Amino acid sequence: MTAYSPTLIWVLIGVIGLGTWLIRVSFLAFLGRVERVPDWGTRILRLIPAAVLAAIAAPALTHATGSFDLLTGRFAAGVVAALVAWKTGNVIATLTAGMGALWLAQALV
Amino acid sequence: MHPRRDAMFAGCVAIAPILIGVFPFGVIAGVAAVEAGLETIQAIAVSPIVFAGAAQLAAMDLIGQDAAPVVIVLTALVINSRMAMYSAALAPGFRGLGAVRTAVGAYLLTDQAFVVSIRRSTTSGGDLDVRFAYYLGAAISLWIVWQVATVIGVVVGNGVPPEWSLDFAVPLVFVALLFPALKDRGTRIAAAVAAVAASSFTGIPLHLGLLAAATLGITVGVAAERGR
Repeated sequence: MTAYSPTLIWVLIGVIGLGTWLIRVSFLAFLGRVERVPDWGTRILRLIPAAVLAAIAAPALTHATGSFDLLTGRFAAGVVAALVAWKTGNVIATLTAGMGALWLAQALV
Repeated sequence: MHPRRDAMFAGCVAIAPILIGVFPFGVIAGVAAVEAGLETIQAIAVSPIVFAGAAQLAAMDLIGQDAAPVVIVLTALVINSRMAMYSAALAPGFRGLGAVRTAVGAYLLTDQAFVVSIRRSTTSGGDLDVRFAYYLGAAISLWIVWQVATVIGVVVGNGVPPEWSLDFAVPLVFVALLFPALKDRGTRIAAAVAAVAASSFTGIPLHLGLLAAATLGITVGVAAERGR
């Protein structure tokens, strides 16, 4: 649970919302001045989702207890979910398998 | 004949199968906002204000851990930077929309609306109004589903006991989104390096390790693609 004030959270939501809209409108609004994304930009942009998603997900699984520990229900459930995500590419199947595996691990331990 | 209305309906139909996967994702986004400690009105307001799933989830996750405000904003915007590519790809087909429709169309731009509309907006000639109506049909359908799903998530998040470990659904959604993003060697290397680095950098304060790990992953990924 956050210790941040509701005011700060409103500011964060507003800044993220405005920044996101500016990214979305960028080329739609300024086409003509900037014709297209340069090649180096495309090379970087296309790797961002994979890198950022991995960077957010990994510590939640490897540091479930706060420090590095792979013998946790969460890490095991994360591995199960990753296998399902890899094989099916389906959000619902991944969530179901991952939550199911975690609940099973919690029931067993 | 109602070409605009027909195109709008066709856009709804085209995106419908994708919405089934968006719905649970939206519910988790609502849950995540509550888990992070947002007030109910804020948790609900995030979705119309930001309207970007992965960025919302990441921001909520980081707010819940009291990460530095700069890191929270940067992480969300870095995740959304991919939308600049969509914006650039759609722009030629939507030239001449006018300020209001450009502003609204941009606000509604998502991965899913882009995927559904890109071929229609650039390859098919025809009337700009009809093409934009198709885009709106797809984009607004997703908007409605996203808002409804997150409100349900906020309600669920407020009612579910902590023993259910529903907070774990947040990293699971990232796992679910990650694998479809691993399209080739470059993306796989970037993800693997970023994952290992992020787990190694957890000692770095203010969650700066997250951005450092992502940057390292992207750098190595770009270098690996260049080396071929």
